[in-house]
Amino acid sequence: MRTRRDGQRASPDTPTTAEPEAASGGGTASLANIAPDDPILAYFQSAPGPVEIDKLKLDSPALEALRDAGVKLAVPLVSQGELIGVLNLGPRLSEQDYSADDRKLLDNLAAQAAPALRVAQLVREQEAEARRRERYERELEIAHLIQQNFLPRHLPQLEGWTFGAFYRSMREVGGDFYDFIELPYGGVGIVIGDVTDKGVPASLVMASTRSVIRSVAQRIGQPGKVLEEVNDQLCPEMPPKMFVTCLYAVLEPHSGRMVYANAGHNLPYLKRTDCVDELRARGMPLGLLPGSNYEESEVTLDAGETVLFTTDGIAEAHDQTGEMFGCPRIIEVVTEFERGEDLRDVLLEELNRFTGAAWEQEDDITMVTLERHPYEQSDFERNEAAPITVTRLADLQIPSEPGNERLAMQRVADVVASIGLTTTRLDKLKTAVAEATMNAIEHGNQNNPELNVHITVESTEDRLTIRVVDHGGGREIPESTAPDLDLKLAGEQTPRGWGLFLIKNMVDEMHVSSDEEHHTIELVMYLGGGAPASPGGEDVI
Amino acid sequence: MSFEASVRPVGELAVIDLTGEIDANADEGLNRAYAEAEAAGAKTVLLNFGEVTYINSTGIALIVGVLAQARKQGTSLRACGLSDHYREIFEITRLVDFVNIYDDEASAVGAAS
Repeated sequence: MRTRRDGQRASPDTPTTAEPEAASGGGTASLANIAPDDPILAYFQSAPGPVEIDKLKLDSPALEALRDAGVKLAVPLVSQGELIGVLNLGPRLSEQDYSADDRKLLDNLAAQAAPALRVAQLVREQEAEARRRERYERELEIAHLIQQNFLPRHLPQLEGWTFGAFYRSMREVGGDFYDFIELPYGGVGIVIGDVTDKGVPASLVMASTRSVIRSVAQRIGQPGKVLEEVNDQLCPEMPPKMFVTCLYAVLEPHSGRMVYANAGHNLPYLKRTDCVDELRARGMPLGLLPGSNYEESEVTLDAGETVLFTTDGIAEAHDQTGEMFGCPRIIEVVTEFERGEDLRDVLLEELNRFTGAAWEQEDDITMVTLERHPYEQSDFERNEAAPITVTRLADLQIPSEPGNERLAMQRVADVVASIGLTTTRLDKLKTAVAEATMNAIEHGNQNNPELNVHITVESTEDRLTIRVVDHGGGREIPESTAPDLDLKLAGEQTPRGWGLFLIKNMVDEMHVSSDEEHHTIELVMYLGGGAPASPGGEDVI
Repeated sequence: MSFEASVRPVGELAVIDLTGEIDANADEGLNRAYAEAEAAGAKTVLLNFGEVTYINSTGIALIVGVLAQARKQGTSLRACGLSDHYREIFEITRLVDFVNIYDDEASAVGAAS
């Protein structure tokens, strides 16, 4: 039972409402709660009118409490069959019993007060819900900010080596992180980790873990000892039920020797010329047990070999049937990718193929790659890679009902509010999203409300990418002729057919693609200017 | 989900005040208002977009339809009150080649035909 009833001390002839939520604010009267299993609740709920407390025979602690409080008459307030409060009255000042007229008056009063009270309760619940939602959105924003501020902006530039990094958060930040640390004795520290839990708490723990590792790594050279000390520093600070899995490796660029220790994190994979090695080292996650030891292992990377570090977001991604991507698939990708390909791209592509276009990303996805150049390769051809940080701002499912494109438009506008698009660019984006969603609802999903339009919003440092996916794969897409106003006015072309044309003119890039099941339209807006051939890009903040 | 269109004469012009969202639901209201303006014998019709919050591609198609009727009857079409965004859409779709655009009603009414 959701409601709680309070019996208030009744003063003679003064009705006091026992309004469940307001009562918690306190008052001078002593309050007695009615237990949810008290039989008096059922009695009140079905009582035909005011109840005379003294005549009532029930084995009920609440009834005793009411009697003790001097309540003579209780008027149940029932709205739509639900007991939402009780009006308690003490004895009349005249010390006479309540008359039939009194009861009728009270009954009428209850009949009017109950729905009004219910409305007030609902309004309050709704306001609380709106506040909760707003707080949640703000928290998400903060978590993303923290996360992004603590991820490296640049990859290490080392002769003979190529570093790569990829990070894509889901809507609710998952607590993944990676880092590169320039060490005082010439090596490079490589960190990849994952905080249990999500949102602001996870991102705060991630930020402090990163700082502690950075400072300890400056003093201590051996990865195992580093994790040991980091663990000891983190343990007293760690919030309950949280811990951090983390792998820390130290690379000596000249020899190719890499020493590493692992605090319960996913294994890195080393692609050799003829096989793939799992790089194993034992250790407990950070923040669980003070005094933990961390095994140290080492490996030497030869020319042309690549190491892949990941977090569990990839291995634990599920396809539409619920099957997990799993480590064997990662190993397969590492085995089969060829020199010259970017392992990050190959793995992501494979993951996308596995999960399907309509996938709602379940966890952060993070990858770090480390490649030792083949002997014959000159260094200045390389090192163009930059870390790619993708923030998933939204993952929306919009039912295919006419008019819902406005819902999509508004939701997208809400989530990109923090990106800092100018009003002009935001208006364009809104129109593009509305048109793309409208096409998806009408053409792709044939106005079938059982089918959703799946919209994802992602941002990187320089672009905002919105994908609108419908179930219209394997079908010809109508509206192929460019709209021509002269022809339309002459009646030689239908007045309609502006959708794709508008979208194309609203965004910086538009890509349309299909597979057997889905049809996807991808909208790209450049952020921060300096983007190639950006129409209207000059008015970006 | 709401759209309204009402006609009022201002001098020689018929002004159609548009309110709300111009999408598929605006079809009937817009055409009825235009027919009313035609029936009143106006040679110039001013579409006032001042209270319009949303126009989608279907709405553009409806406006193209009204423009086609106007051209057939030799009626000249003006527009005012468009936001910068929708003014740009009028430019992209080349509606501006056939509809004279003014900032507000006063300048639209005052302009020479």
